Amino acid sequence: MEILVCARRVPDTSENEIELNSTGNDIERDELVYSINEPDNYAVEEALQITAKVGGQVTVVTVGGEDDEEILRREMAMGANQGVLISDDAFQGSDGKGIATILKGFAQKGNYDLILTGVQAEDGGAQVGGMLAAMLDYPFASLVNSIEVLDGKKLKVGREIAGGNREMNEIDLPCVLSIQTGINEPRYVGMRGIRAVASVPIPTPSASELGIDPATVGSSAAKVKRVDYFVPALGKGAEMLRGSREENVEKVLELVAAKGGLK
Amino acid sequence: MARIFAYIAHKGGVPDDTAVELVAAAKKIDQAASPTAVALGWGADLDALCATLRASYAEVWKIAHETFAYPNAELIRKALVKVVPPGSIVLVPHEHFGIDLAPGLSIKLNAAFVSDVVAIDGVEGNDLKVVRQEFGGQVSAHVRCHIAAGAVVTVRPGAFKPLEGAAVNGNVADKSAEVGVLAAGRRYLETVVAEAGDVDITKFNVLVSIGRGIQEKDNVGIAQELADALGAAVSCSRPVVDAKWMEKSRQVGSSGKTVKPKVYLACGISGAFQHLAGIKGSPFLIAINKNPKAPIFQVADVGIVDDILEFLPELTNKVREMRRVA
Repeated sequence: MEILVCARRVPDTSENEIELNSTGNDIERDELVYSINEPDNYAVEEALQITAKVGGQVTVVTVGGEDDEEILRREMAMGANQGVLISDDAFQGSDGKGIATILKGFAQKGNYDLILTGVQAEDGGAQVGGMLAAMLDYPFASLVNSIEVLDGKKLKVGREIAGGNREMNEIDLPCVLSIQTGINEPRYVGMRGIRAVASVPIPTPSASELGIDPATVGSSAAKVKRVDYFVPALGKGAEMLRGSREENVEKVLELVAAKGGLK
Repeated sequence: MARIFAYIAHKGGVPDDTAVELVAAAKKIDQAASPTAVALGWGADLDALCATLRASYAEVWKIAHETFAYPNAELIRKALVKVVPPGSIVLVPHEHFGIDLAPGLSIKLNAAFVSDVVAIDGVEGNDLKVVRQEFGGQVSAHVRCHIAAGAVVTVRPGAFKPLEGAAVNGNVADKSAEVGVLAAGRRYLETVVAEAGDVDITKFNVLVSIGRGIQEKDNVGIAQELADALGAAVSCSRPVVDAKWMEKSRQVGSSGKTVKPKVYLACGISGAFQHLAGIKGSPFLIAINKNPKAPIFQVADVGIVDDILEFLPELTNKVREMRRVA
């Protein structure tokens, strides 16, 4: 099975406190730790597990600049056969539809049976996978948390729905799936693995090489634009306990006993 | 002003809470708007649904099709593309079905798409002004969406308060004939119900709930010791389940359990809305987190900035000490 995984490099919320910059129009990006978007990493792991069972190749693609190469190398160290960095100045400022348009251009140059995305990026809208599927006229399933290959033409996929329940579907190939976290346990990648792929060439196709009309991507085509970031005041906020740890421990115990009761 | 449609999520003939929330969202786009409910389903359930919707929508479009007995996003998308006029604004709840439907719908309608909207600041020129949250709710963003060719907007459940007011006694129009033959590359098989798990976290007055801040599986015992001392149970947020540190049955949130404790100790939990959606009945919420900017402090009753790996053991010792004295 030929599998394409669409991935993104994002600020890692488990490593950073996301704050506003001094002018308040963006998040503070100095010293941010970036990594692969977490659901995308699960998607790569799932692709590797599928090809380990039924054979095939895994290609990981991202849209961006040279900084984004690091996530491709990381996923190649996990076992992906190829990383591709789609890069062109014309892509600057693309919205979700623009990104889906770029990925469609790339997907159509290959012969992929299955296209995976992460369910959502930290700063994204859970949109690119569903858009890409509609553009390609492929079937789509979001929030996928299990995949079973039924034969060369179909998959059985589980979707995460409310209450921890799982909706089971049969879906025809080729298709697009957006992968939810927790679907598997992504393998560990060590420095040695990343060094081993450090010199593997990464193709960087441009808009013209992929036959993408620059008028359909980038900021001029974007219908959705972020104006600025802000931190909302939600509700009254917590009463912060600012005592010593011992005082705080006593206060919490008192509150738990008063409000909930101790068994 | 563009016509506004609301996609109605429903089950067993009963509209989801979002059905009335989307009316409120539509009024934020345009105070004068009279949104049209689009109800797709089958049989007596659909009739009952439409009858209920008449109370909050002046116009209800009923679309009956055998295949809609269980909603399939691809089929429903194809039906909507046939009936929704170009340039419309379509509101869809941002939940598991809306996430399936809405992005592809925007492509097929050639409309703009903006997702998981938590507030709407009206329209300026051709721009719809909305608010979204990013990075797990740590920051919000003002977003402009160009709606001249229409838009598909997914709306966060619970973000818009239903309007008060008299029933509107709306009209139901049957649009079923416009849909025609439908086929999809995806077929629903069954729903696998969540496993009950070893401990039923919905039955406890006090929950010690842990998040990413617990850092590793071996540390789960720290929370368990506190829960044992308090006569409470340990629950958790999504990252803890994703990492396989606890069973799915312990997860609180929109994709996990809904709990109604009296006291909720949120330990190392950032407070993403999907997690908060699983906490009902307004428990007394105590949040302990190393990050003073964690969104959980905005909704908690009491907050402490501290490392749970150090704070929780001291709390456990204090509980045990108190019990010895008592």
